[in-house]
Amino acid sequence: MSSTYFDHIAATPVRPEVFEAMRPYLTGSYGNPQSLHAAGREASEAVDAAREEVAALIGAAASEITFTATGSEANNLAVKGLATGQQARGKHVVVSAIEHSSVLNSVKALERSGFSSTLVPVDREGRIDPADVEKALTKDTVLVSVMLANSEVGTIEPVAEIAALCRPRNVLVHTDAVAAVGSIPIDVRALGVDALSLAGDQFYGPKGAAALYVRKGVRILPLIDGGIQEGGRRGGTENVPGLVGLGKAAALARAERDARTAALVPLRDRLLDELPRRIPHVLVTGSRTARLPHHASFCVEFVEGEGMLLFLDMKGIAVSSGSACTSKSLKASHVLLAMGYDHAVAQGSLVFSLIEGTAAAGIGLVLEAFPPIVERLRAMSPLYTEFLKQRGS
Amino acid sequence: MYSEKVMDHFANPRNVGVLADADGVGQVGNPVCGDMMTFYVKVEAGRLKDVKFQTFGCGAAIAVSSMVSEMAKGKTLDEAMAITNELVAEELGGLPKNKMHCSNLGADALHEAIKNYRDRQAGQAVPAAGAPAGHEHEEGCACPYCDTALDEHNKAFCRACKVEFEECPACGGITKKGDPVCIQCGRPLGGKG
Repeated sequence: MSSTYFDHIAATPVRPEVFEAMRPYLTGSYGNPQSLHAAGREASEAVDAAREEVAALIGAAASEITFTATGSEANNLAVKGLATGQQARGKHVVVSAIEHSSVLNSVKALERSGFSSTLVPVDREGRIDPADVEKALTKDTVLVSVMLANSEVGTIEPVAEIAALCRPRNVLVHTDAVAAVGSIPIDVRALGVDALSLAGDQFYGPKGAAALYVRKGVRILPLIDGGIQEGGRRGGTENVPGLVGLGKAAALARAERDARTAALVPLRDRLLDELPRRIPHVLVTGSRTARLPHHASFCVEFVEGEGMLLFLDMKGIAVSSGSACTSKSLKASHVLLAMGYDHAVAQGSLVFSLIEGTAAAGIGLVLEAFPPIVERLRAMSPLYTEFLKQRGS
Repeated sequence: MYSEKVMDHFANPRNVGVLADADGVGQVGNPVCGDMMTFYVKVEAGRLKDVKFQTFGCGAAIAVSSMVSEMAKGKTLDEAMAITNELVAEELGGLPKNKMHCSNLGADALHEAIKNYRDRQAGQAVPAAGAPAGHEHEEGCACPYCDTALDEHNKAFCRACKVEFEECPACGGITKKGDPVCIQCGRPLGGKG
C-alpha cells in the first residue's frame, strides 16, 4: 500500500486476504443464494457466514444485518424506511446539521411526502449537544438520525447519550457509522441505537458492499421491493463476492482494530501537532479528544483546498478537501459552515485520513512537502495580501 | 479532469503578483462560491503594458487568471475588453462543465480593472479597495439539497427538488424557506427551533 495515500475517508485499499476470500465467488462459485441446489446452497452459506462476521463486529445478531450496496443506500434505507415505517405515530424527524448528504437528502425526500424535520446544530468542534436533540423532539418525532463520527472533521458524536434520551420517548435512533466502523470499537447494544449504517470500503473491504443494522423487532419498510432476499428488506440477487469480502474485512477489523489504532494515533497526532506549528494560520478542525484515530483535518487560511490537493497530488500525496471547488456543486462544506467557520476559511479545508501501513516516513514527507505548497498558494492569494496589509497598518 | 494546458497554467501561473503602481484594479468573486480574483493593469499608450493578478480559488481559477493575463498583455484596451470567457476556456483546451464559472470570473476581473482605469482617467471616484464588483454570488450557486445549479434569474427556487429558499441572515447562504435552522451554518433562523 502506498505510504502517501491519506484518503481513507474516500476509500481504503482492499486487503489481500479480502480479495483471496472473494476470489472463489468471482470465478468458480457462481450460485444464486436463493437457489435450492448445491451451487445455491454454497452461495447462501457464504452470505450467511459474512452476515455473522459483520454482526460480530458491532455486537449485533446476524438476523439484524441487512446487506446493501453502499453506505448511502444504508442511510437511505434507514431514514426513509424507519420514518415511513412509523408514520402512523408521527411525521417528524430530527437530524444533525453535519450529516452526510445521503441522510440530509433522504430527509428532503421525506419532506416531499409530508414529513417535517428539524436540523440540530453543532458546536465549533462539530459536536452535537444531546440537550439540543432533546429540545428538537416533539410529540410527532419518530426518528432521530445522528452520525457516529464525521468524515470531514473526525469528531465522534455522543450517540449513546442521544439514544438514551430518545428511548424513553419511543423515538427511534439511527446512526450513520460509515466513517467509524472498523476504526473504533462499536457495540450496538451499548450505543442503544435502533439502526446503524456501515460500509466495507471504509475498512479494507470492497466497494459495493455495505450493511444496515436494524434492531430486532423494529419496523422498517424496504426501498427496493422484490423477492425475499434480506428478509424482504432489500430485493435483488445478493452481491455474493462483495458480501464475502465485507465479511472477511469485518473479521480482520475485529482482530486487528486495536493494533491499527495504536499504530495510527501517534501518526495522526504528529500531523495535528506539527502542521499548525510549521505553517502559520492553520486551524485543526474537529475535536482533539473525541476523534477518529486515523483522522487529521485542517483549515488552511487564505488558500483554497483544491489547489493544495492538486499540488500535493503532484508529490504523490493523496488527500481530500471539503472546499467548494473540489465538490462538484461548488459550495463550501456544510459541515464546516455548521461549525461556525466562515466561507473563506472553510474553503481551505484539507483532510488527511490515514490507512494502515501509513509510516512515519509518509508523515515526514507531508510535513516537508506541505509548507512550501501553502506558501506558494498564499503568494498568489488576494486574501493573504489583504490580511498582510491590514496587519501592517 | 483538467487538460494539460490547465494543469500547466495552474502549476506555473504567469504574471502572479501585485502592481503597487497599477493604473487600474479590478476584483471579482467572493469566497462564498470559492473564487476571488484581483487584476492589476498598467497602461501605456493605450495598451496593457503589464498585467498582474492574484487569485484565491481552485486549479481552474488560477489557470484561467494566468491565461487571461497572458492573453491581455500588450493588447489595446478595446482588444482586451473583447476577450471573452469562451475564448479563455478555449485557449485552455476546455474546462470541466462545473468549472466554467471560473472562466467567467477571469475575463470579468480583467474588464473590471480596465473599467477602473477608464474611470480614473475620467476623474471619477475610485471604488474602495476590496469592494468586489460584478459577478455576485451571495446567494450561492447550487441547491444545497440536490446540488443542481440554480436558475440565475430565480435563485430562490430549486426546480429539481421544488424547494423555496431564503437567505440566512447569519451566514448569507441559502437555506429552505421556513426551516428552523439554516442548512448551511446550523444557526437558528428564528421562529421555532
